[in-house]
Amino acid sequence: MAHSYTPGLKVTAFTTIRRERKLPLPGDVLVKVGQRVAASDIVARTQLPGNVQAVNVANLLGVLPEDVEEFLTKPVGSAVDKGEVFAESKSFFGLFRSKGHAPVKGTIESVSKVTGQVLLREEPIPVEVDAYVDGTIVEVHPRSGVTVETRGTFIQGIFGVGGETAGELHVAVSGPQEPLEERAIDAACRGKVVVGGAYVTTAVLRKAIAQGVKAVVIGGFDDHDLRQLLGYDLGVAITGSEELGITLIVTEGFGSIPMASRTFDLLRSCEGRHVSVSGATQIRAGVQRPEIVAPAPEGAGTREAAHDSVEGGMKPGDTVRVIRQPYFGRIGKVTALPPELMPLETEAKVRVLEVDFGNGSRTLLPRANVEMIES
Amino acid sequence: MSTIDPEKLNSILATDCGSTTTKAVLIERRGSEYRLIVRGEAPTTVEAPFEDVTRGVLNAIMEVEELAGRKILDGERIITPQHGTEGVDLYISTSSAGGGLQMMVSGVVKSMTGESAQRAALGAGAIVMDVIASNDGRLPHEKIKRIRHLRPDMILLSGGVDGGTTSHVAEMAELLAAADPKARLGAGYELPVIYAGNKDAVEIVKERLGKKVALTITENLRPVLERENLGPARDKIHDMFMEHVMAHAPGYRKLMTWSPVPIMPTPGAVGLIIETIAREEKITVIGVDIGGATTDVFSVFQGVFNRTVSANLGMSYSVSNVLVEAGLANILRWVPFEIEERDLRNRIKNKMIRPTTIPQSLEELIIEQAIAREALRLAFEQHKSLAVGLKGVQQERTISDTFEQTASGETLVRLDHLDLLVGSGGVLSHAPRRAQAALMMLDAFLPEHVTELAVDSIFMAPQLGVLSTVHPRAAKEVFEKDCLIRLGSAVAPVGPGREGVTALSVTLEMPGGKREEFSVPYGYIRLLPLELGETAKATLRPEKGLDVGEGKGRERVVTLKGGVVGLIFDARGRQPFRLPEDRVARIAKLNQWNEALGIYPPRDTAKVSVAELRPVEARA
Repeated sequence: MAHSYTPGLKVTAFTTIRRERKLPLPGDVLVKVGQRVAASDIVARTQLPGNVQAVNVANLLGVLPEDVEEFLTKPVGSAVDKGEVFAESKSFFGLFRSKGHAPVKGTIESVSKVTGQVLLREEPIPVEVDAYVDGTIVEVHPRSGVTVETRGTFIQGIFGVGGETAGELHVAVSGPQEPLEERAIDAACRGKVVVGGAYVTTAVLRKAIAQGVKAVVIGGFDDHDLRQLLGYDLGVAITGSEELGITLIVTEGFGSIPMASRTFDLLRSCEGRHVSVSGATQIRAGVQRPEIVAPAPEGAGTREAAHDSVEGGMKPGDTVRVIRQPYFGRIGKVTALPPELMPLETEAKVRVLEVDFGNGSRTLLPRANVEMIES
Repeated sequence: MSTIDPEKLNSILATDCGSTTTKAVLIERRGSEYRLIVRGEAPTTVEAPFEDVTRGVLNAIMEVEELAGRKILDGERIITPQHGTEGVDLYISTSSAGGGLQMMVSGVVKSMTGESAQRAALGAGAIVMDVIASNDGRLPHEKIKRIRHLRPDMILLSGGVDGGTTSHVAEMAELLAAADPKARLGAGYELPVIYAGNKDAVEIVKERLGKKVALTITENLRPVLERENLGPARDKIHDMFMEHVMAHAPGYRKLMTWSPVPIMPTPGAVGLIIETIAREEKITVIGVDIGGATTDVFSVFQGVFNRTVSANLGMSYSVSNVLVEAGLANILRWVPFEIEERDLRNRIKNKMIRPTTIPQSLEELIIEQAIAREALRLAFEQHKSLAVGLKGVQQERTISDTFEQTASGETLVRLDHLDLLVGSGGVLSHAPRRAQAALMMLDAFLPEHVTELAVDSIFMAPQLGVLSTVHPRAAKEVFEKDCLIRLGSAVAPVGPGREGVTALSVTLEMPGGKREEFSVPYGYIRLLPLELGETAKATLRPEKGLDVGEGKGRERVVTLKGGVVGLIFDARGRQPFRLPEDRVARIAKLNQWNEALGIYPPRDTAKVSVAELRPVEARA
């Protein structure tokens, strides 16, 4: 009962990835099961009912709410143009007229006999959903969407901003320790997903935006820079809807942290491939992490990884990464898992593990402060 | 519920299904009193892959079985009533899994019926996502967009006093109908909407909404301006929570059949136990529960219970939002060492993205406790602004009121009248030294005059809250003996003073007849040990301009209760409480206070090598 483990992020060379692509309201599905789709293909479409504008016609015309309907120039359900007179009072010999102008283009939805309000519904808003990844439709959810399946490399980040996008993957640094510098971003990066090493600044990201880079994948990023990039301080980690002109995926955390070499090597192996990325992150019930999906080229490798995640119990010999100060970012091997509670420097008594950081000495860490990574 | 005879209950099993952990407690009658026997826990299983809350409940009960060394389950069934040493007489539960109860409320005037509706929902244990009102400054289409976007579990619609105008209520109902809101859990059922407004508008509301939502009508929560009637709306919220929300959460339909007592939203249950204690002891209470995502504050003043929840103030998921709302300077002011802004920001964000990590170094613990002070302070500010007298009420004044005029809508929370301050939640309940919890609460709440401090050791208030609905005595006994850890009393003179000049002179008659006499200079804090269960008669003599409850400069004789920390004489100042503005002076002052209470081990000696570490006994 007392075993504890921290699920790690998924970093897998080859796996099957399924994504549901659903409409917010029922609509039309445009593809069939078995059909091959590209990331940018539209797979489903619908129309959201337009926004509602309320106009208090009773006040506007100076009439009783129950009489408002009599003063409409068109019946309920009719279309009106912006600025069009849709209600008019019958005045004294026609000398004084009060008019109600439509503030928006739409239809007259309803009239209230109690409040004298007329609700005008604006034009419907078209909504389209794309396939997000290059793959095959494996399921159609009638009137609501599809499930797309693809096989290839799948990497989760720890935090991201910006929505879904896709492009050719390009590694712009020589190793996972190297920060992504301005000089590495040039015109050749346009439309690409650029991979850096340990660190990136907002200045570099701004240049990337100017050069038309689709996304940047990086080991670490400063919160100070995040505030500059967003223009506000991020309070709650629910992201993905920012419109920044770029998607940013952080694989390790905040600060300057070399990208885990396994993650970096996998990304490097995807150089030149068309990948899909999403920065959407949600750290609450129903955790969502940002991701990079690199579908394997046609006919390439069909061997599924033995296990596609590093979740499970921890044992001596496992490789772990420390995810909190004072050893934040360091990688080591588990040497012991003492079952007893042990006191920390803080005097709190917690479950711990013993780790060798490769220098022979052993360090005691709270189990809650490490995550397992594949060696 | 009426079939339960409290006198026949010898054993009670209670669970609380939290969003991450399901906690089970076993309570038994030992002689004439009820006591906590054991406590077990297991991960909550509402989410995939299990999607059945009863899995986690059974796992937690199995741990209780192991620890108590007796059988409670027969396969997947709780044995009731108890036969010999097998089974329990009663099983009860609370739940906040799946994000708790999320509501949207609506009133006509935001500061009147809007606020009353908000209080009703909060009191029932809900998180209020938004308050929509006729005068909330948003255009109708903006309100509609908001309603559509929110997807609450339930909506409480109120507005108007009985017999008043119906048009505004009709307008709100029309907006709601136009938005055609959908429920958060599952698309397969209608959204529950409770109407608790002007009774004359009932037919209009039925006509507008009856076909679109699952509408329930109850008594007006503000029948006249001068009076709130929140009880019926709260009860209805609990009914609807069971009938609609819980019934659609994975596994709850099964769980509901296990207990003869309705499952309650966790914060609603905590409120009940706080209310019970305040009523029975005839005291004023503030309770705070600081979690990872949210912070709840409960208070009972003048017999009025209030609860607020700060949905985005917490120590893990919401830690970054504490930084946003408090500002960096306010967090840094509690940190007694130099730290770079960039570094602190990164540390806070790293906690947000990896919310289950814990402080390993003393430095990290100190930073976390600095953040906790600000989260508590902000949550308390929000509480004070909502726990107020009714707004919009004409007050009759006589000549005797000339010197004590209170505006309508003034907060009910009076720190100078506060008897007991109870803290719970990881950062307070599990602080390595109890004095850390005491100082965090003193710094965040700034209680005045004489206040007793306590922490809820293992957070079993939810289970005891639901137990109080069937057996108030058992709930109170366990709360007092096994749940509450009394830290001691704090004495804090109110008023301005001069640093280093005597603020308070104290004479204490300690147990055993020993006498202690000392004075505390302004700007200083002093701790005097007094064991749990002991009391001391104190004669408090504040200096001119300072008040300990009897007026400026006037002596007060009072009995102070001891606790695991002791008696704290806090002459650091109230109204104003100020930290030095100079950085070096501030750090020196913080260190001085920390040392006075023995808050932290000396930092140099705190570093211990692995070889020196010895295992400690695991706590049951």
